[in-house]
Amino acid sequence: MTRKLFKFKGGVHLPEHKAESNTRPLHAAPLPGKLVIPLRQHIGNPAKPVVEVGERVLKGQIIGAADGYVSAAVHASSSGIVTAIGLAAVPHISGLPDLCITIETDGRDEWIAHAPLDYQAMAAADLRMKVRDMGIAGLGGAVFPSAVKLDPGAAHSCPTLIINGGECEPWITCDDMLMRSRAGDILQGVAVMRHLLGSTEILVGIEDNKPEAIAAMQAAAQSLDFAVEVVAVPTIYPTGGAKQLVETLTGKQVPSGKLSTDIGIQVFNVGTAYALACAVHYGEPLISRLVTVTGHVLRPQNFEVLIGTPIHTLITLAGERDGSTGALMGGPMMGLPIPDLEAPVVKATNCILVKSNALFPPLPKALPCIRCTRCADVCPAGLQPQELFRFAKTGDFGRAQEYHLFDCIECGCCSYVCPSHIPLVDFYRYAKSEIWAREKEKRAADLARERHEFREFRLAREKKEKADKLAAKAQATRAQSALDQVALDQATRAERPAAPASGLAAAPSDADARKALIAAALARAQAKKAGVAPKNTDHLPPGTQHEIEEIEARRAKIRELAHQPLESEEKKP
Amino acid sequence: MLTAILVMAVLAVAVGLVLGWSAVRFKVEGNPLAEKIDAILPQTQCGQCGFPGCRPYAEAIAKGEADINLCPPGGEEGIKKLAELLGVEPKPLDEAHGTPKPKSVAFIDEQTCIGCTLCIQACPVDAISGAAKQMHTVIAAECTGCELCVAPCPVDCISMVPIAEDLPHWKWKYPVIELKRVP
Repeated sequence: MTRKLFKFKGGVHLPEHKAESNTRPLHAAPLPGKLVIPLRQHIGNPAKPVVEVGERVLKGQIIGAADGYVSAAVHASSSGIVTAIGLAAVPHISGLPDLCITIETDGRDEWIAHAPLDYQAMAAADLRMKVRDMGIAGLGGAVFPSAVKLDPGAAHSCPTLIINGGECEPWITCDDMLMRSRAGDILQGVAVMRHLLGSTEILVGIEDNKPEAIAAMQAAAQSLDFAVEVVAVPTIYPTGGAKQLVETLTGKQVPSGKLSTDIGIQVFNVGTAYALACAVHYGEPLISRLVTVTGHVLRPQNFEVLIGTPIHTLITLAGERDGSTGALMGGPMMGLPIPDLEAPVVKATNCILVKSNALFPPLPKALPCIRCTRCADVCPAGLQPQELFRFAKTGDFGRAQEYHLFDCIECGCCSYVCPSHIPLVDFYRYAKSEIWAREKEKRAADLARERHEFREFRLAREKKEKADKLAAKAQATRAQSALDQVALDQATRAERPAAPASGLAAAPSDADARKALIAAALARAQAKKAGVAPKNTDHLPPGTQHEIEEIEARRAKIRELAHQPLESEEKKP
Repeated sequence: MLTAILVMAVLAVAVGLVLGWSAVRFKVEGNPLAEKIDAILPQTQCGQCGFPGCRPYAEAIAKGEADINLCPPGGEEGIKKLAELLGVEPKPLDEAHGTPKPKSVAFIDEQTCIGCTLCIQACPVDAISGAAKQMHTVIAAECTGCELCVAPCPVDCISMVPIAEDLPHWKWKYPVIELKRVP
């Protein structure tokens, strides 16, 4: 029985360039002398460092703990000494450094104690936390923490689980090699996913240009106790996009602004399934991955690389050639330039593509957009790239969002077919990051407004409270003094019963009351002053007492001297 | 004739009553235009416009008492948005009230701070924590960069540090593409 497949809108056929790297066997890259492990390797909160400089760490030890729900831990990829925790180069287009932990390896590659997990006996939430602490994140490129994706949420189950072996970008073959060599482990990881998500239908989508991988996966699927359907999908870029693969396999479209889980489908990359299998079945965290090193190198091939290995060592391993014009992380369509090749391999690094002028000639100079809408024909997200370009260029971000800018998957089909050679995707990326920045600014402004308003309110309240308190106190004192006055009057009257009560004495005026208040306050102050004495002068031993007396005597003498006019002054007049 | 007048009179009274009641019942608190203007202002609360905060400035604009180009932190873009909202022509920023500066946060040199609390009293958003004779420090995430704390400090220990670009705050730059010259 062959499955009925569907065709997503748009897409392009690209020269594949897969044979360069998938004809050589998979090798493990040697242990580098220094590992640089960034703490921000996934989407969400960066990991928090939990080791100190100078500390010895073992292979697989957590060096950065997950911080919050959407986060993942990072681990030491080998044993050694932590030599630095600080900013270091990371593979990011901006060239800006980020917080990394540097480990000087000791060559012993000594593992920390680890054991397989009995995942079927564990509570789902505990297992997900374990997955988070094992550092598992989506290895297809987005590096979204897998623990979050493995939570079926309110629906309690996700009926369809799709394993993405599409790998549609040219040049990249790491998923292909992984499926060929480790199909069994990948499916073990799928079993864990199935357990957590409660999926009933499991599909593995692989582009039909990878017959060996399809065969290997099908063979491995035979020996499982649950059904896994390995489906060959037509080779058309970008079939490997999650939403495109979902549509190809199921015919369902993920609505704009929603996730595939909203229609009961979850998608994971094959690399993620493999990493999950390693974590659960061997207790090994995500410390290595397969990386394709290809393009302008002598021996394009795939390596199993420890996270944190400098990128240039991989290029050297594959044989550096003259005339290279930089390297991309990722493929030619979506890959981004790496400004500093000292930067390490991270969880997201699927491919190092070394460029040369012969393989990737620089883009011809751009011409103005002629609105031919070829980009709209190939856009797999069904957008109007020419309009989005216009809005992004003029800074009309509101309209860009109305035209579903955020549905753009940055696949690069539009730029690829543009006859004017406009780097369209760069404009979309610019517009997206500008919109995010503005939203952030807006939130900051709202917070500032709220805090300012609260401050105004607080100041007004404090002022009122102070005034009330003063008024109450004045009232109390006035009442007290009035009572005192009455008592005094009575006493005077008792002494001189014959004297007739004069009008003045009977009704003390306001001025008298104030005078009485002031007198009372003065008396209180006097009493307080008299009552206060330094506390460290009581119960002194005789020695100290004597010393104090001596000092006091000296002071008196000095005081006396100070009062006497100086001899010189005396002589002056 | 009389019936017609009567009907009209009754109608007028009824409608008047309904309108009068709804004017009381659905009274809009505050000035809705001032709210909208306030939403555009950057909420720095710096007072560079000459008003004690963004809200008073928004109210002054709404009443037509203040111009729209007095807010340096809002910059040209802020003026453009205000002009759009109010249906007037945008005008260049009034330089007399200051020039736009890169976004910065206040930084207290904790070695020099004497704990006088003057900056705490000056901060419009309560973004400085500390107490009398205790060291003060700026809560960077809440600081709007208004610089109001700088002047009151008796020991000049507060400086404004521009926010350096780091990875989480990095933005894609506007793509500069060279266009081919067509002869």
